[in-house]
Amino acid sequence: MIPLLQALVLRPLLTAMIALRALRRNALRSILTALGIIIGVASVVAMVAVGNGARDKIQGEVAALGQNILLVFPGSKRSAGVNAGMGTAASITLQDTEAVRREVRDIAGLSPEVWTSAQAIASGRNWSTTISGVDPEYISVRDWPVARGAMFTERDVRSAAKVAVIGSKTANELFGAINPIGQTVRINNIPFIITGQLSSKGAGLGGDNQDDRLVLPYTTVMKRLTGEKTVKLLNIKITSADRMETAQAQIRALLRQRHRTPAADPDDFNILNQKEIAEKVASITGIITLMLGAIASMSLLVGGIGIMNIMLVSVTERTREIGIRMAVGAQGSAILLQFLIEAVTLSLLGGTLGVLGGMGTAHAIGKVANFQPVVTADSVILAFSVSCAIGIFFGFYPARKASQLDPIDALRYE
Amino acid sequence: MSSPIIQLDRTARVYRTGDVDVHAVRSVSLNIQRGEFVAIMGSSGSGKSTLMNILGCLDRATAGAYHLDGVNISSLTRRQLATLRNRKLGFVFQNFNLLSRTTALENVELPMFYRKPLMALRSQRQRAMQALERVGLADRLHHRPNQLSGGQQQRIAIARALVNEPELVLADEPTGNLDTRTSIDIMGLFQELNDSGITIVMVTHELDIASYCKRMVIMRDGNVISDTPTTHRRMADEERARLNEAERDASLDSPP
Repeated sequence: MIPLLQALVLRPLLTAMIALRALRRNALRSILTALGIIIGVASVVAMVAVGNGARDKIQGEVAALGQNILLVFPGSKRSAGVNAGMGTAASITLQDTEAVRREVRDIAGLSPEVWTSAQAIASGRNWSTTISGVDPEYISVRDWPVARGAMFTERDVRSAAKVAVIGSKTANELFGAINPIGQTVRINNIPFIITGQLSSKGAGLGGDNQDDRLVLPYTTVMKRLTGEKTVKLLNIKITSADRMETAQAQIRALLRQRHRTPAADPDDFNILNQKEIAEKVASITGIITLMLGAIASMSLLVGGIGIMNIMLVSVTERTREIGIRMAVGAQGSAILLQFLIEAVTLSLLGGTLGVLGGMGTAHAIGKVANFQPVVTADSVILAFSVSCAIGIFFGFYPARKASQLDPIDALRYE
Repeated sequence: MSSPIIQLDRTARVYRTGDVDVHAVRSVSLNIQRGEFVAIMGSSGSGKSTLMNILGCLDRATAGAYHLDGVNISSLTRRQLATLRNRKLGFVFQNFNLLSRTTALENVELPMFYRKPLMALRSQRQRAMQALERVGLADRLHHRPNQLSGGQQQRIAIARALVNEPELVLADEPTGNLDTRTSIDIMGLFQELNDSGITIVMVTHELDIASYCKRMVIMRDGNVISDTPTTHRRMADEERARLNEAERDASLDSPP
């Protein structure tokens, strides 16, 4: 029992003490060697944190669309083979909207959406902003409650009333600290009465600030501002997640039928399923995280080679020390252990400082970027154990070389 | 009479360099008893250092047998040789071979670090201090080798050689880097240690150093050509007195 305790605990502990002493003697060199690992581990931790943070942010944005959302965009406009991209064709009409509302089951809410941008003028200030035209249901479809005042009504839609609900950012720009409710805002010289202010939602998918907008009845936008007859987007909320597929299929069939699309032709509209978006986003950000991690791992590898290099130099430099130790009875295994522990101590030192550095870097990135990097425990544990493994892997060859020295040659070494 | 501590039986060591065989030690048969104080002499190339390496279990004979304390060395592994060096042998080198940035005390503790089973750290420290006291360095425990004189460094090395209570102390030109007075002191220390019962084998090429020993073995071209008890053995105390006298005379001669 006692010899076992000595072999497994006491001796490695004493060996570690010798190794630490040797590292402290060459403090500058030790730090510089560890720097390779520090940078490697720090970049792995920081990059994975950035990837995770980006994922969380985008997923948050997807979730901010509201729950169980289907988005229907008009298809792309094609002329002479040139595809102008999604939403450029004017294929969804208000009649289509009504038909969907009427005929598709499991719809919890629906709002067409049109938009334009315009200069809004109020109380002597002006601000270029996005003008959205929606249905009153929009706020429930997008889970986006009004902060104060009230949403305009179905009656306002029918009469194309000159009313508006204002985004928090726009309210701040036009009215500052003044309560905007009941105030007038002029767009294209038409006065609109502000009935409510939306709660703050932050950046949307694509990075635009969703709080910078004026929300009007869609009829008002189409008749008084743009003159368009079609909608740019249908926001549809489905009753539950498991009805999404069915509803999507029904909408697709209905629109194809209404547009008289021949069976062989592709859809002239696109339906985005929130769940699919979330999955796609997750897979893309996963790939990005992996890629960032892989690039960062390269520097970890380079750091490992740095350790091996310094340990080789150290073994050569300390050949005589090794010879002395062997002469007084050190076995090869004791020498091996000593140098291995030195290498592992270096890499663990690098790992510890690297994790701290990575956390700091992630924090700093969070201050600058518009999202918060997330340092996860598993990335820390991974970086730490990888750096330990690197110490063993790259330390083994020099340590073995030291342990196999011939004591006579080692003693004679100058 | 008990069995000899060293038994060499037609021991040889051949180095192969390219196509040429170098016979460093041709055929040496030698017995050394416990308590002896032997000088192995010879000019450079005589094979005395190679023989010393074999005696110290740092090198292995290519022919013949070597029994250390009754154990046949040629049958042992590298690992067993290390253990043997640790427990039965103490080394003293010409260039001291101390760990440079390590205190005297830690240098002396070194062999105990590789001793199995380990002793308690406190008794390691105690033994190291006793060994340093024995060589007259009780007041230099925490000095580093580069803060000490050559003679003091060699004393640390001797303390290190003694700390594991070896059967045999091997000294390779221990006074080679020291001046005359310090050499006398070191040889005096060896004589004291030998008087207390420690077996010492020493390699030297200086006759006056060898004559502090009790027995002289002279080698040439890898063979022992002479093996005799020392006639006119020098004693360190007398030599020291003679040196003092000589110096006093020299200073009297010099003009005031």
